[in-house]
Amino acid sequence: MAGAAAVAVGGAGSLRRPRHVALPAVIFAAFALLPAFAALTAQHYLVDTGTRIMVFAVAAVALDLLVGYGGLISFGQAAFIGLGAYAVGILSTAGIADALISLPVAIAVSMLFAWITGIVCIRTKGVYFIMITLAFGQMVYFLATSLAPYGGDNGLTVEARNTIAGWPVLKNDTAFYYFALLCLLASYLLCRALIASRFGRVLRGAKENATRMAAVGFTVQRFQLIAYVIAGGIGGVSGFLLANSTEFVAPAYMAWQQSGELIVMVILGGVGTLDGAIVGSAVYLLAEEWLSGVTENWQVIFGPFLVLVVLFARGGLIGLSTRLSTRLWRRLRP
Amino acid sequence: MTATLFLVQVLNGLQFGVLLFLIAAGLTLVFGVMDFINLAHGVQYMLGAYLAVASYGLVGNFLFALVLALLASLGFGLLLEFLVFRHLYERDHLDQVIATFGIILFLNHAVRMIWGAAPLNLPMPEAFTGTVQLAPGQLYPVWRLVIIAAGIGVAGGLYILVTQTRIGMLVRAGATNARMVSALGVNIKQLFMIVFGFGTMLAGFAGVMIAPIISVEPGMGTNILILAFVVIVIGGIGSIRGAFVAALLIGLVDTLGRSFSIDVLRLVMAPSPARTVGPAIASILIYVLMAIVLYLRPAGLFPARGR
Amino acid sequence: MIKYTPMLAVAAACGLLISVAHADDLKVGFITTLSGPPAVLGGQARNGFQLAVKDLNGKLGGVNTQVFVADDELKPDVAVTKVKALIDRDKVDFVVGPIFSNILGAIEKPVTEANVFLISPNAGSSAFAGKDCNKNFFVTSYQNDQVHEVLGQYAQDAGMKKVIIVVPNYQAGKDAAAGFKHKFTGEILDEIYVPLGQLDYSAELSRIAAAKPDAVFGFIPGGMGVNFVKQYRQAGLADKITFLSAFTVDESTLPAQQDAALGMLAGSNWAPNLDTPQNKKFVDEYLKEYNAVPATYAFQAYDAAMLIDSAVKAVNGKLDDKDALRAALKKADFKSLRGAFKFNNNHYPIQNFYLTKVAKRADGKYETEIVKTVFTNFGDSYAKDCPMK
Repeated sequence: MAGAAAVAVGGAGSLRRPRHVALPAVIFAAFALLPAFAALTAQHYLVDTGTRIMVFAVAAVALDLLVGYGGLISFGQAAFIGLGAYAVGILSTAGIADALISLPVAIAVSMLFAWITGIVCIRTKGVYFIMITLAFGQMVYFLATSLAPYGGDNGLTVEARNTIAGWPVLKNDTAFYYFALLCLLASYLLCRALIASRFGRVLRGAKENATRMAAVGFTVQRFQLIAYVIAGGIGGVSGFLLANSTEFVAPAYMAWQQSGELIVMVILGGVGTLDGAIVGSAVYLLAEEWLSGVTENWQVIFGPFLVLVVLFARGGLIGLSTRLSTRLWRRLRP
Repeated sequence: MTATLFLVQVLNGLQFGVLLFLIAAGLTLVFGVMDFINLAHGVQYMLGAYLAVASYGLVGNFLFALVLALLASLGFGLLLEFLVFRHLYERDHLDQVIATFGIILFLNHAVRMIWGAAPLNLPMPEAFTGTVQLAPGQLYPVWRLVIIAAGIGVAGGLYILVTQTRIGMLVRAGATNARMVSALGVNIKQLFMIVFGFGTMLAGFAGVMIAPIISVEPGMGTNILILAFVVIVIGGIGSIRGAFVAALLIGLVDTLGRSFSIDVLRLVMAPSPARTVGPAIASILIYVLMAIVLYLRPAGLFPARGR
Repeated sequence: MIKYTPMLAVAAACGLLISVAHADDLKVGFITTLSGPPAVLGGQARNGFQLAVKDLNGKLGGVNTQVFVADDELKPDVAVTKVKALIDRDKVDFVVGPIFSNILGAIEKPVTEANVFLISPNAGSSAFAGKDCNKNFFVTSYQNDQVHEVLGQYAQDAGMKKVIIVVPNYQAGKDAAAGFKHKFTGEILDEIYVPLGQLDYSAELSRIAAAKPDAVFGFIPGGMGVNFVKQYRQAGLADKITFLSAFTVDESTLPAQQDAALGMLAGSNWAPNLDTPQNKKFVDEYLKEYNAVPATYAFQAYDAAMLIDSAVKAVNGKLDDKDALRAALKKADFKSLRGAFKFNNNHYPIQNFYLTKVAKRADGKYETEIVKTVFTNFGDSYAKDCPMK
């Protein structure tokens, strides 16, 4: 089972393996075809569900970059979603409703916050890092609840979706869906490229043994800070999408529970695989929607499910499916 | 703002700090000795309160209910340890976070299914329902003084246990380097179980003590869990002394911050914005404190690990 | 192939019949909070609504009714997703809900823009009472400020001079403080804003004791209120400083507060002992069905169902005629549990408001009872800004 273990754990390094192109290709193809399927079966709300999955998948992919490849367990990713969302909301109340302005602003604000707080966070490790990222997330949350002119806890309604260079393209749900898909693809490819580059190798090396990397001559903390800032910026994109998709902005978007859910999504899918972040988001959100329709007490089922996944499905769902498919492959080949 | 009010708020802060200590002590021990992040510690606190309510329904006496609840908490904690946690000690923190998060989801809802979503009541023992006159017009509930006394008593007991007994020595050694302790021939599995069980009982005890004051409802452990983590992070993982100091510090900062933040702000700004900014600042004061401590000492005030 | 044709024909006919039957059904989406501690309130609202549907034998306005219950988990983005699913997938004709104002803020646009009627059985934020009032939005509860104004008026009339206000630090809390101050012109010694979810009030209670006001006005809902009242009594303040409140000592929190809340005064648009025959019947039925005393959340949801019933009846089940349905809704030609009921031009109710007091019932449960009427046919102060007639 060494082979399977190697695939499950060290999958990122081997770009030549067919799974590495096949799985994301399948995932993105599925997303691309969903609106057509929804139209054929006259289930328009599927487009909305798909958009919601992609919005969180963007943030989850960025989080996987930090957690899976950097070993930095951030419990504050939701703060960047919130900052991006509020950027859209606040600009909208000020009359600026074009994506060409609000998207860069969302990214910039998130990256700035990530940089300032990252300077403090990166000095810590392990559970200290978890707690300090959570703390900064909480600070942003409480700040948002005290913003009375922007609705405070009640939240803020966004008049309409952002225009693109003046064209109200995003008003159409399907057009917005493809825009979100584009953002997800871009974030995914960016993270993939980062991981495959020298930057990514330093990051992964630091995750394994930071002392060794420092001994080799790298300023580990600088690399980690950059990764943190990039993850923050992508989180801002997620916030931009969330604000536009629901046309509503609320402090609840940056509650620590939301950060916790993002971590669950990443682990559920398979930490350190990037594809896992997308799969995990989809499974988590679909399970939440489906189960809560079946019973009010769906968490009584979902809780133990998570425990079982951790205990028995190392590497999350991607790891599980890789092991199963490897076993199947072995059985099929003589 | 008078001296009496200040004194009363200090008492309030101590009471809150002592409660935090009871919860944080178990958490820091488990984390320090077993390197196990137990997010489910908050639900153990909640379960203590619920079991007390249930026991009270059976026996009608607070003391018996307390004992029953402690035993039941211990039993349940050990059950969880045996079923789930034992398999996670070797896994990395991330897996522990997710698994214990799953347990939180499950227990919060299971408790709701069994006892309903409405808040429940645990009556105080008759002898302690009164108030004490600290100053003209300022009546302080006796029960809160009982909590302070109980907390300090437990802290003292823990100190003696940890510094003067053999098992305490093993716990301290385990917190510094568990592998080495095991290599020296100590039954580490048994030690872990004892530490875990004890931590659970402490959390349950905190739940029972606070239940007469605070309503017992599903999810009551979540917010206090975050604070407990802040306490152990500031205090230093694995250190009981650190947990005690940090808990009192946080209890005081939070209470005094809540009471006087608006007055302080009113010195520099108009009353109306002070009223809305004040509580927001009071809420984040603890996190700012933690950020400052971690910036100066990234491993907390009294880290047990000699890394 | 030939022998399948009759079967296919029968199947097709059945399918047609079923789809026709379903197309005629009245579908209501009920969005409420069923997760976490606020689930008590959401559960009451759902129970009240379902009791009404049961009383009407499963038919609102004579049409078979399907109720789809959705949990908003107190998260605005989840609420939006679920509401959109209710509209697109389940094709509901009405959305009833939510409990909380921030959820209302999120779902008002998607529901009303889809030309589906939104009826709130609880959330009554001022956001949609004034210039942003909407023709598809109706409220069967009240406008949030009004309840707080009841206590402001009472404090004013009772000659109180110094009051301390305690509310949670969120929008509804700030609205509560503002509502109280609309009618109370005495001195506000202090306005204490507590963080949402705070459970231990030792610091705040000590402050109150030191300041010695004539009364304390509180809007401290849910579990927060349970704790505040218990601790208020434990600190010996209950007999010294009058505690006036809204949504703090109601039938959802009284089972936990019990004796600690006895005698405390509150403001409301209803109480279980309100003397109308339909209300007596409702309270008895609710007690029998759910073994709990109903609170405002339950009765307002019951009224929402009755409102829909009256409107659908008025249009003879023709759910497609939205304009007629809207006019019928506006007429509110139904027997409300609270007695007199009519809509203001902004679709918020005009109704009576009472001062209530906590008491213990003969069966050992606790409820609020009406002490006196404070406002008669009281409309909210935002209606004049609403452009609707």
